Amino acid sequence: MSAMANPFPQAPATWRLPDRGKVAMAGLIIAESAIFTIFVVAYLFYVGKSLTGPTPREVLETPIFYTICLLSSSLTIHFAAKSLARERVGAFLGLWVLTIVLGGTFMYGTGQEWHRLIYEHGLTISTNLFGTTYYSLVGLHAFHVTAGLVMLSIVAIFAVVGRVQGEQSRRVEVLSMYWHFVDAVWVVVFTVVYVLGR
Amino acid sequence: MSSNAITIPGVQIDEKPWVDTLHEWVTTVDHKRLGVLYILYALLFLVVAGVEALIIRIQLMFPHNHFVSPQVFNRLFTMHGTTMVFFMGMPILFGFANYLVPLMIGARDMAFPRLNAFSFWLSAMGGFLLYFSLVGANGLYGAGNAPDAGWWAYAPLTARAFSPGHSTDYWTLALLVSGFGSIGTAINIIATILCMRCPGMKLNRMPLLAWLNLVMAGMVLLAVSPLTAAQFMLLIDRYLGGHFFDTQAGGSAMLWMHFFWIFGHPEVYVLIIPCFAFMSEIIPVFSRKPIFGYPVMVAATVCIGFVSMSVWAHHMFSVGMNSYANSFFTITTMAVGVPTGIKIFNWLGTMWGGKIQFKVPMLFCIAFLFQFLTAGLTGIMLGSAAFDSQLTLSYFVVAHFHYTLVGGVVFGVFAALYYWYPKITGRILNETLGKLHFWLFLIGFHLTFDLMHIPGLLGMPRRIYTYEPGRGWDTVNLLISVGGFIQAIAVVIFAANLVVSYFKGKKAGNDPWDAWTLEWATSSPPPAYNFASIPLVASRRPLWDLKHPEDQ
Ligand SMILES: [Cu+2]
Repeated sequence: MSAMANPFPQAPATWRLPDRGKVAMAGLIIAESAIFTIFVVAYLFYVGKSLTGPTPREVLETPIFYTICLLSSSLTIHFAAKSLARERVGAFLGLWVLTIVLGGTFMYGTGQEWHRLIYEHGLTISTNLFGTTYYSLVGLHAFHVTAGLVMLSIVAIFAVVGRVQGEQSRRVEVLSMYWHFVDAVWVVVFTVVYVLGR
Repeated sequence: MSSNAITIPGVQIDEKPWVDTLHEWVTTVDHKRLGVLYILYALLFLVVAGVEALIIRIQLMFPHNHFVSPQVFNRLFTMHGTTMVFFMGMPILFGFANYLVPLMIGARDMAFPRLNAFSFWLSAMGGFLLYFSLVGANGLYGAGNAPDAGWWAYAPLTARAFSPGHSTDYWTLALLVSGFGSIGTAINIIATILCMRCPGMKLNRMPLLAWLNLVMAGMVLLAVSPLTAAQFMLLIDRYLGGHFFDTQAGGSAMLWMHFFWIFGHPEVYVLIIPCFAFMSEIIPVFSRKPIFGYPVMVAATVCIGFVSMSVWAHHMFSVGMNSYANSFFTITTMAVGVPTGIKIFNWLGTMWGGKIQFKVPMLFCIAFLFQFLTAGLTGIMLGSAAFDSQLTLSYFVVAHFHYTLVGGVVFGVFAALYYWYPKITGRILNETLGKLHFWLFLIGFHLTFDLMHIPGLLGMPRRIYTYEPGRGWDTVNLLISVGGFIQAIAVVIFAANLVVSYFKGKKAGNDPWDAWTLEWATSSPPPAYNFASIPLVASRRPLWDLKHPEDQ
């Protein structure tokens, strides 16, 4: 191919566009919010409409401790990402692992609650409307926490072998957006299930 | 400066074994190839669902006809509707968005090429999963082998008791899987438009096609996700013994209706907005005038996007909502007509005083304008709760939405195919065959769908597999079916044109229509990297600036 005339003048140096990773994650969050909205609406619509027991008032206990764990993991991941942006890799790894531990603790709490509901109160997804809506809404959220934990762990493994440096901080921030979203959803789920729904 | 000066010299084409070519296409992450795959896949399903429609029309040609059984009839209209919406309409429009958006904004590919391929294959697998039910769905004795609960699959028809076997499961899974594909593509389109524009391509200089696809993608995020959630609930009901839509346990069938139509109405706009985008690119070029009222067009589209999210229950006037809900949804439905009307005025304003060239793409556009206007008017009629309760579930509704989806979307897609085929293949579609296709399809369309309003007004319900003679529906139904066959002949001519012109068509060159957007600045078909050097843009019509440097 011979040299060809370039019809377009050279690009100016000042042309800046948003980060595509963040835009895409924002798009995913919008779509996920719509999914959660539908499940929340279904939960609220069916509050008090179960034909048989057990009812939420009888069996649910407010998981204050585990909620604090999950919400504080938003802080730790925020500072972890900040540390990475400032090239402080050690602080990043510490805070990152702490985030995973806090998220894991939350999942342990959910597991314990489900175990108690199933074996002590006989509440399963097919028992009544409360069971159907409760397990699907809380379960959908727990699935998102689990998916987040898997992604966080992959980053942690890369960080341990020294592959996560300052230049990856934009990608880490995208993951941190997802984690904040999962935490924000829990605020809604908590309010709906443990406050309004009882 | 002539347009030849910016030709990118042809890429060397080597003879390769066909297995290698196939392998390249299957593993491709190039937005243009994925776009073409989307379009071919959609055209395949257009034929499949079209044949289903023809069988339906043969059955309804005469009263007391026994061409198919009532059970098969139920499966036919379910598969026809599901296929046309999810596996023809969405993929073909995503295909054009994939092919055109990066070229029009001066990018080398989509923001996430591998996500793009992943989304396409998800959508494709969804379609094959739906049709796999024909062989895989026989579960229990007496269970049907294809989904038969209608495309909106109202509860409790989808419950285990009424849909034994696995046909409904295949329906759910097909929509779930292709829904994930749609969400992936929508995210990709948004990220591409916001983050991949070439220097100087500010938002207010973007071609309207990019703007409208941005709005479409945003609506996909908000509309397809509720459907995904509702399908999860249906799966929970069917597989885990949940009670979301189980009235025996206090569940509500109404809830499914709401969730379905929260998806279903915006879906119509997801399908029509990309066609508005085609109009907004094609009409100016063949009127030799820039688009009239660019900012108003953008504002009207965004406005449609918002308002159409709050009109869904106009599909449910007859199920017994209270009068406040009926009034609210009537008012919002009327309101959505205002921005749509603005757009029609803008296209007419573009044509007004222009040197109109009646090429085939333009003919389809003009027909689109009139037909979409008519469909909008019957839409206003049905949007009024009082009138709707008389006509809902009659053939009037079938006529109305086919007027939108065939008279609007299909005509828009044909316009786009004639307009961009030269860019995709390097050859122009034959003009004579194109005109024959246009006129036959136009006649067939009006014969079928103009007349279809009449049995609706006379009280013929939709979805009946046959009817009694002597109710005044007989002749009309025969003519409607004849119209269907005329449309089928037109589509066969179109298919022949696609093949013949691919090998024998007139060479297109870079810019056969003397257009103004960036895709015409590169060769036809474009090289894998789209542009040898990334363009720099200084106005809404970069090619006009190139061709008329004295103008600046
Ligand atoms: Cu609607």
